[in-house]
Amino acid sequence: MESAAATAASAGDVVPALAFDRVTCAFAGRNGGARYVAVKDASLSVGPGEFVSVVGPTGCGKSTLLNVAAGLLAPSAGRILVDGAPLDGINARAGYMFQSEALMPWRSALANVVAGLEFHHVPRNESETRARDWLRRVGLAGFEERYPHQLSGGMRKRVALAQTLILDPEMLLMDEPFSALDIQTRHLMENELLDLWSADRKSVLFITHDLEEAIALSDRVVVLSAGPETHPLGEFAIDLLRPRDVAEIRLSRRFIELHEAIWRVLKSEVLKGYAQAKR
Amino acid sequence: MRKRNAEVRLSRARLVLYQALLIAALFAFWYLMTEPVFISEASAKNTAFFFGRPLQVMKVAIEWFTSGKIYPHLAITLWETLLAFLVGSVLGLGVGLWLALAPTASALAEPYITAFNAMPRVILAPIFAVWFGLGVLSKVALGVTLVFFIVFFNVYQGVKEVSPVVLANARMLGASKRQLLRYIYLPSATSWVFSSLHTSVGMAFVGAVVGEYLGSARGVGYLILQAEGVFDINTVIAGIMVLTLFALLLDAGVTEIEARLLVWRPKTAETETL
Repeated sequence: MESAAATAASAGDVVPALAFDRVTCAFAGRNGGARYVAVKDASLSVGPGEFVSVVGPTGCGKSTLLNVAAGLLAPSAGRILVDGAPLDGINARAGYMFQSEALMPWRSALANVVAGLEFHHVPRNESETRARDWLRRVGLAGFEERYPHQLSGGMRKRVALAQTLILDPEMLLMDEPFSALDIQTRHLMENELLDLWSADRKSVLFITHDLEEAIALSDRVVVLSAGPETHPLGEFAIDLLRPRDVAEIRLSRRFIELHEAIWRVLKSEVLKGYAQAKR
Repeated sequence: MRKRNAEVRLSRARLVLYQALLIAALFAFWYLMTEPVFISEASAKNTAFFFGRPLQVMKVAIEWFTSGKIYPHLAITLWETLLAFLVGSVLGLGVGLWLALAPTASALAEPYITAFNAMPRVILAPIFAVWFGLGVLSKVALGVTLVFFIVFFNVYQGVKEVSPVVLANARMLGASKRQLLRYIYLPSATSWVFSSLHTSVGMAFVGAVVGEYLGSARGVGYLILQAEGVFDINTVIAGIMVLTLFALLLDAGVTEIEARLLVWRPKTAETETL
């Protein structure tokens, strides 16, 4: 695999919005057990305005990679470059959408969306207006006062999306955000995400185990090896036209070709991951 | 649906009826065992000495409220309860938050907290009486030692169990350390305080009454102590009943506050009847 710098060069000498530079993540074993190397020498980059998906077998350390990019986890070796500058602490330019429930259960939908602005000391009136506007944009007008437990799974994801996007982050880190949703809701959310994304082209690093989702959404798909010692195995440019409809595009011939090509690489890793999980 | 609801309501009404009948039967039994209706005058007097007479007890209680004699005592007991509850809760919340967020301090304090919690703290009452006198303060101090640990352990547990994802999310949204404390740890811990509210209000009440009972010049506990000194069992029981009644009222108040403040909590059944 080429290094982050080389990838950046191939993207036309633009400084990548986000780059992993030979990142290794090792966790100390429990009770003095063997050290577990989740990610080893991983280099990959996301160009400005680029939508990159990372696919890999379950348990291969995808979330670890994302947590490192977010600055929630410090890499054991290597570094993260944000717009060319090494990351230290929380990645303030990134918005993070979590796989599991991340809303504050004691806050209403509106108060949850407001939270980020509140943390940044935006005046109450202004932040509430903006939050109402965002809830409307994700299709939740009229649900402002509902608490998370009173919303469906799909609605909670929309609130989480609004909560993240209201801060207008330069890049989005998404950790299988729609994996818990049923397939129809999922397609709706994916289309909405693409709509929102195409409006101002943020850089996106999208983690998923679903290859179809990855191809349908992205400009580029990165395949990870099975863990431990996960690292990128290959990259595929997705040359499907935009705007796309995630449900329809799955039927196009190019989509199927890409799917076959990537699956050929991914399949052996999935089997490896499965064999390891069985042990 | 409708039919089932109706059934539930019916059985509920029946339940209340049976509960009322149960207490009535208990009073009837008490009455018959302490008044010379079926039993002889001498044995009735004998049992009445130990158990009091229900009508006399009622008379004492009603007299207390009509003459207004009980109010200052009741006010002082409730005031002690409230103070003990507030001070104990705030201390428990503060120390709980602090120790939960400072691993070193909590490791250092852990054996002492366990020891202090294991100690039967009611025996501190005489010491508090010496330190704080026979007034309100000594009762509040006793109540605080009782309330503190309930709240403390709940908050400590609550902070330890804050969802790491919610925490990470808040950090990604730009929350500083202080904001995390205020917007994540505190609300999360408060919900645990509320779940312990029933127990801690009860404990504050226990602290106040036991404190009064062990030495005071005012309060319902003092009334009971006085009556006991002259073997006036009717007044003792009347005091116990007034205390029970107010304990129930406090508990109902807590339930009300809880329902208002914890609206965000998921309930098992969310459907409404149409």
